[in-house]
Amino acid sequence: MAKILIVDDDPNILMSLEFLMHKNGYEVRVARNGKEALDIVNKDVPDLVLLDIMMPDVDGYAICKHIKSTAKLKSTKVVFLSAKTKESDIQKGYDLGASFYVTKPFSTRDLMKEIKDLLK
Amino acid sequence: MSSLIIMISAILYLSILFGIAYYAENRQKKGKSIINNPLVYALSLGVYCTAWTYFGSVGRASQHGIEFLAIYIGPTIAAILFWPLLRKLIRICKTQRIISIADFVSTRYGKNFSLAILVTLLCVFGIIPYVALQLKAISVGFSLLSGVSSSGSGLMQVAADNSFYLTILLAAFIILFGTRSIDASEKHEGLVAAIALESIVKLVAFLIAGFFVTYVLFDGFGDIFSRAANDPELRKLMVMEGTVKSSSWTGLILLSFLAVYFLPRQFQVGVVENMDEKHIRTASWMFPLYLFVINIFVLPIAFAGKLLLGSGVDGDMFVLALPMQHGAQLLSLIIFIGGFSGATSMIIVETIALSTMVSNNIATPILLRAKNFKAGSDGKLRNTILNIRRFSILVILALAYLYDKLVAQHYSLVSLGLISFAAVAQLAPAIFGGMYWKDASRKGALAGIATGFVLWVFTLVIPSMVDSGMIQSDLVNEGLFGQAWLRPSALFGMEGFDSLTHGLFWSLLLNTAVFFIVSINSRHSAQEIYQGEIFVDIFKHSSTGESNVIWRGTAYVPELIALLANFLGEEKADRIIKGFASRNKIALDNRKADARIVAFAERVLSGVIGSASARIMVSSITKEEELSIDEVFRILRESQHILELNKELRKKSTELTKATEQLTKVNEQLRDMDEVKDEFLYTVTHELRTPLTSIRALSEIVHDNPDISEEQRLHYLATVIRETERLSHLITQVLNLERYESGRQKLHLDSIDINSLVHEVLESFEHAIKERKINLRLQLPDSMVLIRCDRDLVRQVLVNLISNAMKFVEDQTGELVISIRPDDTEAMITVSDNGKGIARELQELIFDKFFQARNQTLKKPEGSGLGLAICRKIVEMHGGKIWVDSEPGKGSRFIFTLPIQ
Repeated sequence: MAKILIVDDDPNILMSLEFLMHKNGYEVRVARNGKEALDIVNKDVPDLVLLDIMMPDVDGYAICKHIKSTAKLKSTKVVFLSAKTKESDIQKGYDLGASFYVTKPFSTRDLMKEIKDLLK
Repeated sequence: MSSLIIMISAILYLSILFGIAYYAENRQKKGKSIINNPLVYALSLGVYCTAWTYFGSVGRASQHGIEFLAIYIGPTIAAILFWPLLRKLIRICKTQRIISIADFVSTRYGKNFSLAILVTLLCVFGIIPYVALQLKAISVGFSLLSGVSSSGSGLMQVAADNSFYLTILLAAFIILFGTRSIDASEKHEGLVAAIALESIVKLVAFLIAGFFVTYVLFDGFGDIFSRAANDPELRKLMVMEGTVKSSSWTGLILLSFLAVYFLPRQFQVGVVENMDEKHIRTASWMFPLYLFVINIFVLPIAFAGKLLLGSGVDGDMFVLALPMQHGAQLLSLIIFIGGFSGATSMIIVETIALSTMVSNNIATPILLRAKNFKAGSDGKLRNTILNIRRFSILVILALAYLYDKLVAQHYSLVSLGLISFAAVAQLAPAIFGGMYWKDASRKGALAGIATGFVLWVFTLVIPSMVDSGMIQSDLVNEGLFGQAWLRPSALFGMEGFDSLTHGLFWSLLLNTAVFFIVSINSRHSAQEIYQGEIFVDIFKHSSTGESNVIWRGTAYVPELIALLANFLGEEKADRIIKGFASRNKIALDNRKADARIVAFAERVLSGVIGSASARIMVSSITKEEELSIDEVFRILRESQHILELNKELRKKSTELTKATEQLTKVNEQLRDMDEVKDEFLYTVTHELRTPLTSIRALSEIVHDNPDISEEQRLHYLATVIRETERLSHLITQVLNLERYESGRQKLHLDSIDINSLVHEVLESFEHAIKERKINLRLQLPDSMVLIRCDRDLVRQVLVNLISNAMKFVEDQTGELVISIRPDDTEAMITVSDNGKGIARELQELIFDKFFQARNQTLKKPEGSGLGLAICRKIVEMHGGKIWVDSEPGKGSRFIFTLPIQ
């Protein structure tokens, strides 16, 4: 069973994503900020990380960079979920090695489809 | 002291001058002029103070008391008028390339030859005695110091005369640094630097002498003056007495006033060598200051001389004799060098000025007429002219030397100097008239100066020669042709004045009258009218100086260049003509020269050989047509018109530039505003997306999953509702802020008691405060604090600040303090908390809208990010201020003020 880490500082978004992933049968970990997220990826190896960008301590870009530069996390996929909608922000996400960049608000159905594809 | 030591000291001093001059010229070649400096300019004007000042002032003071000051009051008045008068002279000379006073007069009056010669002769006759006087001062000082008087006769006397050798040395210096360049309108950097240095040397030396006499020989000024006051003869010197004195006082002031402008050496340093009109400003206070300082010790020395030296010693030599009498050898030598520097500076500058005049106005024209100048090969003529100038220097110095040996022995220093002053004063009507009166004519100037010249000789020169026994004549007593009313010292029966005042009065009066009457009654040539217009209105014309000319005829560019090449060398002639043509956008492909080029070539030539000669040279290679006076007027009118058009255009163009600048600025502001707006919109939409995301996700979950528990469903729906509220709150805030910022929000002002408003606001927080066990303390005044403000808006500020504070404090330990402190003009409201505080560098930024959003490390889950921005806007709308005072870790104090009325 694939492991998914959800990182977002908004509790409501976190709550809805957690529900969705459970519902689709994934093993879920959640982090409410960047630091928690880093702690988790350093201990565990998630198959996919749903990553918010703007967070109070460490931003999503930095976390993605860390994941992509850590050897044991080389198979971990990153999907950004962000309210940042500028072309340059999105490009930056892909440049850092993200598999997908979803802008908020998003369709839960589309998101699940993408995740399923990615984890096949 | 041995003659050898004195001689060596003098030669040493001269070599320092050589060194300075050489250094200055080297610097100039490197483009770092040391004379382009207001201080140097002002010091160089100090060439006014010659050996006459140095030795003669004391001499005159010892005979006539404070009357000697008149010769310095005149220059002081002249200095006050430097800005209008001297600046105009400089401007005229710069645009017309005028290089001497004779050149000035002849250029003004139609570039006339006879005038140039007349003025040159007047200057030479007037000034040679003055130069001689300097030589006399040197030799008298020399023999006093060495104790050897030059005796013997004929050649033997000359051979044994030290001043003869010093004169030769001076001649070498002048030739070396005065005739470097053929273009006399170029600056003599080395000379001016040397002259400025000499001004310092003579000032310092004289002050040393003064200190020695006043504080070593006596106990200060008080001592000298009180001892002099006890002497009935000396007491008389301290006051001005009677009408005779006051008339001669006036005469001296007038004379010295004119001398500052018209003595050839003053004209040379003040006008020709001036680098920048702005230097005049400094000179107009520094020059009088210089004169004042150098005169401080004159009376003390004069009195001391009278008291200590007795009647055997000439007053002119008191300065030197006093220290010598007290055996102060080195001091005496220093003082002698000071006097020597006064003399040399005068001789140097005066000789250069005179030699330029003589060579340009007398020798060169004769040469040019005698020889066919066109035959001269490149550069040969240039050497010839330089040689003429060098020869003139030698001749002038030789004449001065002879005058000194043969004539000057009979006079005191000052009387010789004053006669010279009176000679150049004769130029005043023609020059001032030429600068300010367009109808002044060549014939008037010629007649006036000639009249003044004759009267000067008759009333001043002849009587003084008779007095000194040089000529035997009954003329003085009997009058011309035996007519008593034609006596030189009592012309037309005017008696009771001293001879100088008398002579000056009649010569200047008749000179002016003749100048005026003849000018009015004579026909003006086209050249005269044109030059008159240019001179009088120089500040109008100097800007178009190069572009309008009155000349019609045929000339060829190659011939003009060849003509200039004779004087300047081919390469330079070619360069400056081409430079001028391209500056003024004149095509040179046509062999026929444009009138402007002809005029330019003539001006350049004037700088070399004077305007009168230049006129002849140019006309010799051109076929000229006489212009009628009507045409001259037409040209002048046109140039005036063009000038006005130019002015108009310039004005228009500056207006345009200004408008463009403003437009650019507005454009930039708009772009900045656009950027701010873009950023704002981006941030707003970003802030809207977060609640929207939860709403959509949760709604979809509830919709797609009918199987979830009732409890979960309710929880999700409640969240959707809360997030919707958050969304609408955000939208309201954005709209509010936009309304405040755009100025569309009107203030509904009422008299509000801020005290009770605080209580009212707190009511809505009461519940939360109790529940979270937060410690609330109020520090409010007992009475009402009435403020004119918009109740709803101020309420909003309080709500925002208090709810912020609530967000930051912890349950149980949280502390909230609200205080109001009114004074006469404003009320200060403070909301403090003991939360985690705000880093110092962020304290100003948090009032920016969406600051939190843009600074993700500070992002808080609650709040729109607009609260503080709205507070600031509201407070500012009321004319108050808001700021935060916070120490990280200890809490924050948000403070705002509201004006009471």
